[in-house]
Amino acid sequence: MSDEHQRSGRKRDSAEPSIEKTAKVVKESRILIQSDLDIVEARQQGRMMASQLGFSSSELTLVATAISELARNIVAYASRGEIALKLVNHSEKQGIVVIASDEGPGIRDVSLALQDGYSTSRSLGMGLPGVRRLMDEFEIETTLGQGTKVTVKKWTNG
Amino acid sequence: MQVPILKQGLFLIATIQSALSDADLMQLRDAIVEQVGKRRSRGVIIDVTALDVMDSFATRTLRDISQMIRLRGAETVIVGIQPEVALALVQLGLNLADVDTALDLEEGLAFLGQKIKSFDHKAPNAGREMGTRER
Repeated sequence: MSDEHQRSGRKRDSAEPSIEKTAKVVKESRILIQSDLDIVEARQQGRMMASQLGFSSSELTLVATAISELARNIVAYASRGEIALKLVNHSEKQGIVVIASDEGPGIRDVSLALQDGYSTSRSLGMGLPGVRRLMDEFEIETTLGQGTKVTVKKWTNG
Repeated sequence: MQVPILKQGLFLIATIQSALSDADLMQLRDAIVEQVGKRRSRGVIIDVTALDVMDSFATRTLRDISQMIRLRGAETVIVGIQPEVALALVQLGLNLADVDTALDLEEGLAFLGQKIKSFDHKAPNAGREMGTRER
């Protein structure tokens, strides 16, 4: 919680690269992911942050589950990485943005990794198609030998 | 966070009381598989009512436990999967089809009782048949 900070006021924050040009980050938290304990920590923080918006309890569980899978991927494939959680205002909508990033091996075939039933680590983690179904928006950037960044968003009443 | 495993008659009841790490889940698996032999239990109930998230690892571990317990000659039933968790499991595409589930502890006990009764009914019948043949 200590690394969490509040941004208030109307001014657009330019120090932080924004998710989308019109999105304003209201609150942000980063969790270092390097063990199974951090997976639990990340999803609990995510649920707590998201609960400040108008999500239903089902939606909160979907968000927490997605965070758990993304954090699991980091531990399974990259050993360590980070989960960034952001509450954002985007014109009329409010939502939570989860960015899972690592400097791991990257994904060789992204389209394959996005197919249902595909996993290289005996179905521990990966599950990217599942995560995609849990959230409203899904984006992945990956470079072999450099790392992977998965960005997912869920909007209230989205 | 250790999960208490209580003995109730022929059954073991493991009640998960808070979020579990992967290490906790593996410890639970090993403890149940050991206890079922030590206490000569016929069935195991795992109560997951308090679990707010079941991800791929938790699901897989529960499936593993169920299969291992069956190999040890007993039955497992998972009780208390919350509606939100059920939704997330389905969306995520996780499969618990080969694992028995029941709504809550009460239903779980009834389910196991039924299962064991049907098993015990077969045994004496088989014995009687053998007896007739001897005569």
